[in-house]
Amino acid sequence: MGIIQLNQVSRHFTKGRQKVEVLNDLDLEIEEGDFLALMGPSGSGKTTLLNLIGGLDQPTAGSVEVAGRQLAGLSSRKLAQWRSRNIGFIFQFYNLLPILSARRNVELPLLLTRLGGRQRRRNADVALAIVGLGDRAGHKPGELSGGQQQRVAIARAIVADPRILVCDEPTGDLDRETADEILDLLELLNREHGKTIIMVTHDPKAATHARRTLYLDKGSLVREAA
Amino acid sequence: MNSFSLIWSNLFRRRVRTFLTLFSIIAAFLLFGLLRSVADAFDSGVEVAGVDRLTVSPKYSIIDGLPVSHMSQILATPGVAGATHSTWFGGTYQSTANFFPKFPVEPRAYFEMFDEYIIDPAQLDEFERIRTAAVAPAELAEEYGWQVGDRIPIEGDIWLREDGSRRWEFELVGTYRIRDDENLFAGFLFNYDYFDEARLAATEGIVSNFSVRVANPDEAAEVSARIDARFENSINPTRTATEAEANRQFAAQVGDIGLIMNSILSAVFFTILLLTANTMAQALRERVPELAVLKTLGFTDRRVALLVLLESVLLCGIGGALGIALATLVLGAIAPDLAAFLGQVEMSAMTTFGGLGIAVLLGIVVGLNPALSARRLQVVEALRR
Amino acid sequence: MLGQIFQITLLNLRNLPSRLGSSSVIVVGIGGVVTVLVAILAMAAGFSATLNRAGAPDRAIVLRGGSSSAELSSTIDLERSQYVATLDGVRLASGELYTVADIPKRATLLPSNVVIRGVEQSAFEVRPELRIVEGRNFTTGRNELIAGRGASAQFLGIDLGATVELRQSEWTVVGIFESGGSAYESELWADLATAQSAFRRFSLISSMRVLLEGPGAIESVRGEFENNPAVDLSITSEEEFFRSQSEFLTTLITGFGYGVALIMAVGAMFAALNTMYAAVSTRTVEIATLRALGFGSAPVVISVLVESVALALIGGLLGAAVAWFGFNGYTVSTLNQGSFSQVAFDFAVGPDILMTGIVWALTLGLAGGLFPALQAARMPITRALRGD
Repeated sequence: MGIIQLNQVSRHFTKGRQKVEVLNDLDLEIEEGDFLALMGPSGSGKTTLLNLIGGLDQPTAGSVEVAGRQLAGLSSRKLAQWRSRNIGFIFQFYNLLPILSARRNVELPLLLTRLGGRQRRRNADVALAIVGLGDRAGHKPGELSGGQQQRVAIARAIVADPRILVCDEPTGDLDRETADEILDLLELLNREHGKTIIMVTHDPKAATHARRTLYLDKGSLVREAA
Repeated sequence: MNSFSLIWSNLFRRRVRTFLTLFSIIAAFLLFGLLRSVADAFDSGVEVAGVDRLTVSPKYSIIDGLPVSHMSQILATPGVAGATHSTWFGGTYQSTANFFPKFPVEPRAYFEMFDEYIIDPAQLDEFERIRTAAVAPAELAEEYGWQVGDRIPIEGDIWLREDGSRRWEFELVGTYRIRDDENLFAGFLFNYDYFDEARLAATEGIVSNFSVRVANPDEAAEVSARIDARFENSINPTRTATEAEANRQFAAQVGDIGLIMNSILSAVFFTILLLTANTMAQALRERVPELAVLKTLGFTDRRVALLVLLESVLLCGIGGALGIALATLVLGAIAPDLAAFLGQVEMSAMTTFGGLGIAVLLGIVVGLNPALSARRLQVVEALRR
Repeated sequence: MLGQIFQITLLNLRNLPSRLGSSSVIVVGIGGVVTVLVAILAMAAGFSATLNRAGAPDRAIVLRGGSSSAELSSTIDLERSQYVATLDGVRLASGELYTVADIPKRATLLPSNVVIRGVEQSAFEVRPELRIVEGRNFTTGRNELIAGRGASAQFLGIDLGATVELRQSEWTVVGIFESGGSAYESELWADLATAQSAFRRFSLISSMRVLLEGPGAIESVRGEFENNPAVDLSITSEEEFFRSQSEFLTTLITGFGYGVALIMAVGAMFAALNTMYAAVSTRTVEIATLRALGFGSAPVVISVLVESVALALIGGLLGAAVAWFGFNGYTVSTLNQGSFSQVAFDFAVGPDILMTGIVWALTLGLAGGLFPALQAARMPITRALRGD
């Protein structure tokens, strides 16, 4: 049984009087250690699917079981606690806190653990070293390039050692060369550290770094490619 | 880093805004400290009053005076442990701007009655021995640069000398300190015997009031009634009240100072509340995506709300503390100027801690709404923007 | 240029409603300052006006001794009063007994010093402004008194027809008088001879009000007193007498008012700065776009200033209105240190005080708008267009 198990998942929104069906009776299983690229046109439900897996959103119907936990119906408090232990998020626009240094940004998720201050800083430095930014720990996001900021965001995602990384267009705002560096880093995390990665992307070249690619259209999986 | 430093960093992300808001809060609490202290100074006579002392005043008006011969009957009243008298002298030292109270008193009895006034025993002996002697509160002597041995001229207005002249002169033989707290009524004291002999014959034997110590403070009401009963049908009837009550009545003649101060403070705090609330709302609007990120990282709704609330409490708390501190400094600087009509003006512990309490409360009130919005914030919605 | 200013200002003011919350900070902040300032100044003005109204240019007050302020501690005997009445330059003299009695204030029920003035018919002739508006005058030889409008309003039991106990004697209030809102309206008046016997001040009076022949008369009377030191009398013009009485408290209240308002104003100015900085920053792109289209920086500066001054003016007018409706004519009484008696007075929100309030509001608005306006003008267009 996979680390991520979606059965008959639907997600509907109501916009005014209109009902929008974003996902329809979707089934998906992802094994631990997989690196999955999720592609599809805008509005196909990629981000919604990602949010469901990451525990940011709840399905209208169906079951979402991630890392051994049934997420459907969990309270927002339980979901938050669960996220802090099991999921690392990586966003297109990095979403770092501009007021904090790189190290402190990375340290943020550890505030939710029982670790002492010294241990937290040490872990943050280790995470920064893994992404190759050991020497930039004291810089604020505004003083870093886009690629470097995304590395800080990745360090933040892995610092609490979650089993799953959820990436929403992680290279969408980067040039080709930098994007490749980031994708290599994700590959490394998948290969060497055993992280399960789900990555939404528009970029077919980015998808080649993944172990497999899934296409989503109008709320359904249309095709699976190896 | 911890949650506190996260809040701290957030607070100063928009330095200009934070400092402007902070200064407004400081201004509000500076006013709070000053106005409360002035109101306290008005009430200070009430607060420092001895619990076991009564004041015997003329029944109809404090300007009437009482014959000093009442003393023996007061002392003979059951429940009375001691008594002395004092007289309002009025008068001017050099200029009418130099206002301080002046009383002819019985030296030893007076200092026994008002045991919160502390004088060197040798100086008290001198005060009693020398007819034209006077003693002054140490602060007063300092203010006018008086040294022991100086001769201090006072121009009389109510009391003329027997020869019709108005010039009184006293020799300063000592100074006294007031325990705990300064008091509005601590005055320039001189010998009643000398005063009585030297004043116009027609006015001899008149004093303003008596201070009475009761043996048992619980019986104050009964003793007061007994004293008033003794003089009820005399030509000089009395009105006896606890010292606190008498002081309160005197202060109330000026008007309800507390009410005026509190009205002003309400206006000030209403304004500051609105301003700070607006700042916090602005700060929150700007930070919606960041708060959402914190939530994706696993910060619970409650925790995010608490961060926002604490930020507001911290801002108001710092502003309150600085404002109160500033008020203490300003009061220290202007206290000598205020002393003339208010007595010692000081920041009380009540004002200090009350002010800090109000600051924290202000922070909670102001931060509550932003905190609740932060709590309700939907991650998916907020990140989409 | 003027057209540009007008256009941009109009644009600013049009999106003002969307910034209602933050704009109200300026309005309320400055409104608060103006309310407090106007109310306190109105209190000082009311107090000083009430005392100063009591003085007339052709009237003077004669007291025993050098003290010029204390009617209470002055005593004049029959011989001296006759001497004063016959002096050159004195057209009319009124000998008056002045004492105080404790009467509870209606508001606090605490006893307060109220003036009782024993007078003869001449007192009314010396003060032609005094009119009995309710009831009638007291009757000579009876324990009757007339009360000033203010005394009746402030003190317990001073009602037409009521009987009050003053110093062991019973008095009936038979009339209420007005004297143009002066300090006399805080007093109780009774027949001189009756008062003298009731208060055991046989044939003694406290002071004399004299109506003078002309402007130089006061100097000739003063010279007469100086040439005759044995009488130990002094003369002070009534205006001077009341001015010196009101000076201390008026200065105190005015100083207090400006002090409080100044600190509040500092707070309000920071609030205004805050709001205007925020207003400028939310319009960064808009301002930059206008500049890119060729608008100059001066119109931008002026438009920001106009906005903050307009908001401040609204605040000032609101504050003045609150002070006017809340306090104008509001009657209180306080202890007049000069006479050691209670004076009832009305808060007087006059046009000069309102103007002071508005001037403060405009100054604060200008101060609060200046730096944000300059910032808006200095903003580099290219960066601002990106919305940084």
